[in-house]
Amino acid sequence: MNANRRKFLKNALTVGVASSLPLSAFKLLNPDEVRASIGDDNVRWAFLVDIQKCVGCGFCVKACKLENEIPYDAPITRTWVERYVVTKDGKSHIDTPMGGRDGYTSARIHDQDIPPEEITKAFFVPKLCNQCQNPACVQVCPVGATYQTNDGVVLIDRSWCIGCGYCIMACPYGVRFFHPVTKTAEKCTFCYHRINQGLQSACVQACPFGARQLGNLKDHDDPVTKTIMTQRVSILKDEYGTKPQVYYIGLDERVR
Amino acid sequence: MVHGLEWTIKDGFVYPNEFIYWSIQIVMYPYMTGLVAGAFVLSSLYHVFGQKDLQGIARFSLVFSLALLPTAMMPLLLHLQQPLRGLNVMFTPHFTSAIAAFGIVFSTYAMIVLSEIWFVYRKYFVEQSIAMKGQPGFANNFMHILYSILTLGATNMDDAALVIDKKGVKILAGIGIPVACFLHGYAGFIFGSVKANALWMSPLMPVIFIMSAVVSGIALCMLTYIIIMEFKKFKATLARGRGDETVKELGGVEMDVISKTSRYLIGFLVAAISLELLDLIFRGYTAMKSWDILRDVMFHEDFVKIFILQYGLGNLLPFLLLMLPKPSIKRMVVALLLVLFGVFMMRWNVVIGGQAFSLSFEGFMHYHLPIIPHNLETYKEGLFGALTVVTTPFVIFWLINKIIPSLQKV
Repeated sequence: MNANRRKFLKNALTVGVASSLPLSAFKLLNPDEVRASIGDDNVRWAFLVDIQKCVGCGFCVKACKLENEIPYDAPITRTWVERYVVTKDGKSHIDTPMGGRDGYTSARIHDQDIPPEEITKAFFVPKLCNQCQNPACVQVCPVGATYQTNDGVVLIDRSWCIGCGYCIMACPYGVRFFHPVTKTAEKCTFCYHRINQGLQSACVQACPFGARQLGNLKDHDDPVTKTIMTQRVSILKDEYGTKPQVYYIGLDERVR
Repeated sequence: MVHGLEWTIKDGFVYPNEFIYWSIQIVMYPYMTGLVAGAFVLSSLYHVFGQKDLQGIARFSLVFSLALLPTAMMPLLLHLQQPLRGLNVMFTPHFTSAIAAFGIVFSTYAMIVLSEIWFVYRKYFVEQSIAMKGQPGFANNFMHILYSILTLGATNMDDAALVIDKKGVKILAGIGIPVACFLHGYAGFIFGSVKANALWMSPLMPVIFIMSAVVSGIALCMLTYIIIMEFKKFKATLARGRGDETVKELGGVEMDVISKTSRYLIGFLVAAISLELLDLIFRGYTAMKSWDILRDVMFHEDFVKIFILQYGLGNLLPFLLLMLPKPSIKRMVVALLLVLFGVFMMRWNVVIGGQAFSLSFEGFMHYHLPIIPHNLETYKEGLFGALTVVTTPFVIFWLINKIIPSLQKV
């Protein structure tokens, strides 16, 4: 009787331990497969935004929404375009209705008419995920669902994200949101699925004025890299130490 | 439906993806965690430091902290967009994340509380299992089995064994204090370490959270103790009449325990308020870039919530009520309710206030708590979700008391 009970306990323990291991624990990965899945070491993706070329048409926002299956009429977006209008009294009037998706055709900002003669300067600022070198969102994710690839892009594993929102809170740029359908954290990936195959990001392709460009910082012949190396470029919210990899030409001090 | 859209009103220039993502449940999370930690610290004051005047409330608060324990996790689970994946934190803990470490600290703490309770009640378990043995009836049989299991086979009742029990309690309570403080301090760390949020980003945050946790824990234990004692008095009065000796005795015990415990409450309350004010003054004095928007939130948008409700009604008024001479149970109840309210408002002002301004520093967001739920999300992250969390510990405490009578002298 005792021997049987011991045997039973032993077997029960074995079954218990084995069933608590996920199936994936038994999967052997090919090293090449792993490398491919986490990006190429010889690439560091960076984005260049030329504010002087942006006219606020919103094509980029539209293209992004369609490409990345973000519900079109939902007020969340992977990329957006802000409009800045500075008046003679020194005030900034800023807006981004629907992320600037439909372009800016009206002079009204927050239900306020701004007479043209009062305006001293006005410009548009496209924003997207900065794919930081030191991403706060990756640091805080409790399950490792948001991670950084070797080529510098920060991605989210939709099948593992628990939806706690900590990454959304940690991002100083406010680029993250919850996808209304998948109920997981969501953000711009530089169209990782496209650039991996040698294609352009959807927003870059859609921009009629070349205000958005994507390049490889590790390739010194890359035109984007050349511009970043030789021209005066700036980044957003430098003070957080996240080392963003979206560079701006012609950034105004009012942009935050 | 976009998460946060239902309860967020935007004002001025706010980034398109910004909403109040951390709503009432994330207010409840540090609140409930604080109650757990506070209740434990209160019980440890007796077990470790031998504060004899707290003997009456020590056992009760230890068991109460066990009842509160599961409810520290509840708000997090109710808040998750993918609650079924909550356990992923245990499978793939990401150690750079403060929330991931919570699971580990929380489990450690849970084990300490459970083992401490076991050491405190082992003698009782053994006695019960012996007393129930051979008694007729299914219920008695069940209780006998239950108590026998709870003894874990350690039925030795000689003096040496009981001395070891006491030693075990002392050691566990000793380890428990730093772990309880760590558990809560680091709930504060979860906020304090978010560098993107100008209101949260402060190394003082964990300490502020610990102090207010102890305050709220002690206040809740005292309040629950009063309610239970009043109920006992009520029952005794019904049975024996108002002038009976036992009723008077119960009243005496109650007042004695409460007035002694309130001294500790006042001490921690002073520490908590000083730290919060220090943080506020420091921000104004250093006046970083974010101060403009923080000042707008504190002195304009959230003025009533911070200065009237939290500091005035929740801190200053109960402080005066506690300090006034000739304490009475009624006044204590009012003061304790206000203290609990004050700590809740502090959590609210930190969590919701931290999201009240846009990262653009150019706009504000207002949170409208969903009251009548019309879908799962508005239930979970609305008033009724919060009420569910608040009532759960009392149900658990009632159940635990069926097995472990924390309010009787054993």
